Order: sequence, then structure tokens, then C-alpha cells
Amino acid sequence: MRRRWMAAVAATMAGLLTLTACGGGEEGGGGESPQAGGAKQVEVFSWWTGPGEADGLKAMREIFEKQNTGLTFFDAAVAGGSGDKARALLTSKLQANEPPDTFQGHAGAELQGYIKAGDLEPVNFLYDELKLKEVFPQQLVDQISVGGQIYSVPVNIHRSNVMWFNPGVLKDAGISEAPATIEEFIAALEKVKQAGKIPLSIGSEWTAVHLLESVLLGSLGTEAYNQLWTANSDWSGPAMTKALNDFKTILSYAGDPQDDWQPAAKQVADGEAAFNIMGDWAYGYFHNPPDGGLGKTSKTDFDWAPSPGTGGTFMWLSDSFTLPKGAPNRDGAIAWLKVAASKEGQDAFNPKKGSIPARKDADTSLYTDYLGDALKDWGSNKLAGSIQHGVTVNDAWRTAINEAVGLFQQSKDVAEFQKALADAAKNSGQ
Amino acid sequence: MTRMRRWLPGLLLVAPSIAAVAVFVYGMLGWNFRLAMTDQHDEVTEGKFVGLENFTGIWDQQRWSLSVNHAIVFTVVFVGGALLLGWLLAFLMEKGLRGEGTFRAIYLFPMAISFVATGVVWRWLMNSGTGERAVGLNRLFDFFGLEFLQWQWFRDQDWGMAAMAIPAIWQMSGYVMALFLAGFRGVPEELREAARVDGCTEWKVYRHIVLPMLRPVTLSALIILGHISLKAFDLIVAVSGKQIITDVPAVFMWVAVFDSHDPAKGATIAAYIVIAVSVFVIPYLVWSLRKERRS
Repeated sequence: MRRRWMAAVAATMAGLLTLTACGGGEEGGGGESPQAGGAKQVEVFSWWTGPGEADGLKAMREIFEKQNTGLTFFDAAVAGGSGDKARALLTSKLQANEPPDTFQGHAGAELQGYIKAGDLEPVNFLYDELKLKEVFPQQLVDQISVGGQIYSVPVNIHRSNVMWFNPGVLKDAGISEAPATIEEFIAALEKVKQAGKIPLSIGSEWTAVHLLESVLLGSLGTEAYNQLWTANSDWSGPAMTKALNDFKTILSYAGDPQDDWQPAAKQVADGEAAFNIMGDWAYGYFHNPPDGGLGKTSKTDFDWAPSPGTGGTFMWLSDSFTLPKGAPNRDGAIAWLKVAASKEGQDAFNPKKGSIPARKDADTSLYTDYLGDALKDWGSNKLAGSIQHGVTVNDAWRTAINEAVGLFQQSKDVAEFQKALADAAKNSGQ
Repeated sequence: MTRMRRWLPGLLLVAPSIAAVAVFVYGMLGWNFRLAMTDQHDEVTEGKFVGLENFTGIWDQQRWSLSVNHAIVFTVVFVGGALLLGWLLAFLMEKGLRGEGTFRAIYLFPMAISFVATGVVWRWLMNSGTGERAVGLNRLFDFFGLEFLQWQWFRDQDWGMAAMAIPAIWQMSGYVMALFLAGFRGVPEELREAARVDGCTEWKVYRHIVLPMLRPVTLSALIILGHISLKAFDLIVAVSGKQIITDVPAVFMWVAVFDSHDPAKGATIAAYIVIAVSVFVIPYLVWSLRKERRS
């Protein structure tokens, strides 16, 4: 009898110990890792793990460590294309009050959730100290300011409104030059259809939202588009109805949806499809040698133009770094932000990542072919922010737009679609 | 003291797991239901109690009805398909197939794979390209001259979720087979003998003796498959991601919490999933408790 008692007590204790061990272990593990090996570590949280972007991050890291000999760089990158997984992990870290020293985020409204939750410190002092307002385009600074405060430092710029096309397919279909307006675009799509090729290639549902932002910009015009994100927006008016009808017409020329943007872009490169509207990260995919890319020759195998109706406007999106409140190593984070904002840092990162610097004073010789075009436009064009990539709308609003587009792809009902978009704008809390 | 001695050691043994289950299962469930009854529609504000508003309001959302429909189609095809196929395989085995052990292992293997791995492979197999662009299964159809079978798979607007159930059937039918095989073996040979002596044909033996005795096994299989199917998330995300065309409540819940940052909405969907699963599980628990008491 006595032995049974002892066994029971032992088993109970063992059980309790396991439970408490689990709880304690996590806390210790989470708190220790960034600090391990001296207090001067800077934990940089990003989702740059793919080819190109990881190389760019490494180049910036080397500059950082050279300039700050007392600091070491701790790469807390989490894999996954658009940062979905990274952001889910980041949310839990912030909720546990264990922020990294600095984290990557799309510049613009996507950061609003963090700002509202009080997770971020404004970095206006850095903009003043480094005179960043003079080197970034004025419109960029305006579009990332929230009530006069700026919460992040943009490292790179990507362009969203790019129309990629296959010159050979266009020639066979009897189209002499890239369509410049929505009307010309629809006429060209019809010609390609007659010629028996896929007029417009498309990927999974988010690529349809990407297409929508270009069509809205092209159909409404830059001013009306930029107004959509202000207090006097008009989502229910006739101009919007027309834009959404254009979207419906254009979408009716789309081929079978592919798994993601790459297979859709590949259809253009392979000459199966004529057009694809995708951000300029597609350039790297078209151009890079086989392994990370398709190894195609620009201007002959593939070519580009601003998406129809958007010539003279640069629809931008940007990766940026932030300064979380309660960062364990705030000075280290600021040192990192200084490198990320510097000409040297941006010129080291961007040619590798396949994007252009946010600064206007970049070394133009580093950017050739498509990037050269983009850099020229960045300095001279009007600016508009991207929807899908977090510039103009917060997460909740963007999710609602994605939902509306997904449902529209099935119902094809423009009135319902417009109502859903208007509701999304009303309920966004932005 | 003697009486206490009898039950106390047992209680002590299970106490840690009772505590863990109470906190991490029922505590969390209660917390979730409480959250679902508030209007905490972002992560910062403190929510007020609003009763069942979220539970009724969600039915006005087109996406919710769509995802419920998807879940129903998926569940019917998956559970029905896995039961039928599993039963058929077990039946063939039971008929004394040569090399039964090998076949059993082959059919059970998919169970060892996670739904995510299954999903990645089947995403490729179920590529929606047709004609010249066909790959995966559509290419196979093309190769055998069965072009008319090519279709959009999970991208088909009406029956996409039925296609989504195919990998799930592939993965789980071996397990159902194992369950049924045990059931078949559990039917005493004497009963069959007796029926045969009474002049039953082989078909009638199955119809009147074996099948009725398989009822408990069928029920268990139904419960297990049913609750897996209602919670389906990993397979669907691995095959198509978070797209509306294959949206189900579990995916919608993820989007509500992590993309829309709407905890109350996410909790409401989670509550509905729990309720739907309980509809399957609770009658089963009651039934098995009663059976235990009877024996």
C-alpha cells in the first residue's frame, strides 16, 4: 500500500514539474536569445530570406558592422514571401512585450495597427537629424506621415503599376505599340484573343487585387485615386462604377488563374500570354539567370510599360524599418535605421534586391535596364500608394478589399462589388 | 481513511492532467466564448458585452455563407468518400487477398504524412491548366486520351471543394480501412456459419449479419472523419492558400484574427466550429458512455 502511495505522489510531482518546466522554459528561451553573447546585439526582424533580398540584407549588414564596431547584427529573418508568417510571429512577440530591436514593415497604412497599439516610436528626430525630408520625395514623406508623425524609414521602393508584355505575341496579334489607355488596352486584349493567345495572365486571388489597383489608378486618374484614402473619398459615385466595369471587362480577358504570380508571369515570358500586370519584382524573375529566374532578355523576350492609363504616375510600395517602443537595444536600433536610411546602405541593398532606393540622390550607374527606367520615373513622376502592398490601407481594409475581389471573381456583380468596397472604406476605422 | 486510501492515489495521478485540461481546454473555450460575445473588433480597445450579436450578424456576410457551404460540400464528399473507399478496401482484404500485409501497409502509409505535405503534392497534381498547358492529373488524362475528364479541380466555382476532398480521402481511407478490417475480424465465424447453415447466401450473410455488427465501427469512423473535416485548415491552405474560392470557416477564422485584426469575429467563427464539432462528438460520447454502463 505504502509503495502505491509513493508512486502516486512521485507521478504527480513529475507531472507538475513538467507543466511548470514548459512555462518557465519558454520565457527563458524567448528573453535570452537576442542578448546572448554580450548586450550589444541588435535584433533585426525581417522576411528577407529569398535569393537577392537576403544578399541585399547581408550587404547592408556588412556596412552596419563596419560602422558600428561595438554592435553585432542578429538576423531574425522569418521565411515566407510577403511576410505573412513573419507578421503573425511578430504580432505574438509584440503582444508578449518582447519586441525585436527593429522590424520590417511595408511603409504606409499597414503600420497603423502597430501605431494604434502603441508599439512604435515616431522617428521624426531621425528625419531631422539626417535631413531625410530633403532626400526622399516630398509626396513619399506626405504619404507615410500619420498626423505629422513618421514611424518608419523606407529602404527600398518597388513599383506596382507595371504592365509586362511579350513583344512577339503583340506583333503577331497586330498590336504596334504598348497600349497607353484603358480603352486601348481593352482593344489590344481583344486582338490577342482573336489571335488565339491568352490576353492577360493572372495568378491567385491577390494578383486580381493587384490588377484592381492599377485599373483604379488608370481609370480614375491619380488625383481621384489618391483622394480615395482621404476623408472626402467617393466609393459610390459613377466614376468608380465605370472603373469597376473596366475591371470587369479586363478580367473577362484573363486566362485560367495560376497558382501564384510567378506562373502567371511565366506565361508571358513563354509567349503563351500577351500581358501581365505585376509589380516590378517580376523583372528579377524574368531577367535573372535560371535558378532564381527565367533568364530572358529584356526588350526582346519581355518588355514593360506603365499599366494602361497610369503613365506619369509611379504607384509605389516600400519596405521600411521601424523603432519599436521598449526595444531592448534602442541605440543599436537607431544605428541600424541610420544605415538603412543612408545612401551607402540603400545603394548596397537595392541593386541586389532588384528595387530602387527611396532616396533621390542614388548612384544612377548602379541601376540599369528596367531599374534605370524606374529610378528616372521615381524622381519625376506623381506618386500614388499601392493598396495590396500596404501603403494606402490598413490591414483590416485591405483584407476587406481582398474579400470583395474574391467574391466578385465568382459573382461578377459590379453593383454588389461596389457596395462591398464602399462598406470596406466605411468600416476600416482608418 | 481506508475509503480515502482507495480513491486518493488515483485522483492524485490524474490531477495534473485534469488541471491542464481544465485550464488549457475548458478555460480557453470559455475565454473564447466570452470574447465572441463582445464587440472587441480590433486589438487595442476593450470590448463591451453584446450578447449574441456577433453570432447572428455573421450570417449577413456573404463570405461566411460561402465558407459554410464549402465546409458542407467538403465534409459530405470527404466523409462519404473515405467511408466508402475504406470499407471497400477492407472488404477486399477480408475476402482473403494474397499479400494482405503489404497492401495494408501501402494503404496505411498516407496516414504517416502530414496534411501540409499532402496538400503541396496535390496542389501540383490538381493544377487547373487544361489542353496544351495541362500538368499533373489533367496531363495524365490527356496522355490516356481522356481529355473530357480534364477540369479546373479546386478552382471550379461550384464543385471545387469536392476536388479539395480528394487528397483528404486519399490520406484517410487507409485508416478507415484499418478500422473496418478490425470490425470484420470482430464478427465471430460461428455467426456466419450459423447463417450459412440456415441457408443464407453469402450476400445475405453480409447484409444481415456482418454489416449490422459493423455499425459501431462505422459510427466511430464517422465521428473521427467528421471532426477532422469540420476543422480542415492545413490541407486547404497548403493547396490553395487563403483564397475565397476555397474558403472554409477555419481559414476565415485565421484571416479574421491575423489579417483583419478582428478578435471578436475570429472568436465567433471559432465558437461556431466548436459547436459544429460538438454536434458530432457529444451524441457519440453519450452513446458510448451508455454502452459502457450497460456492459
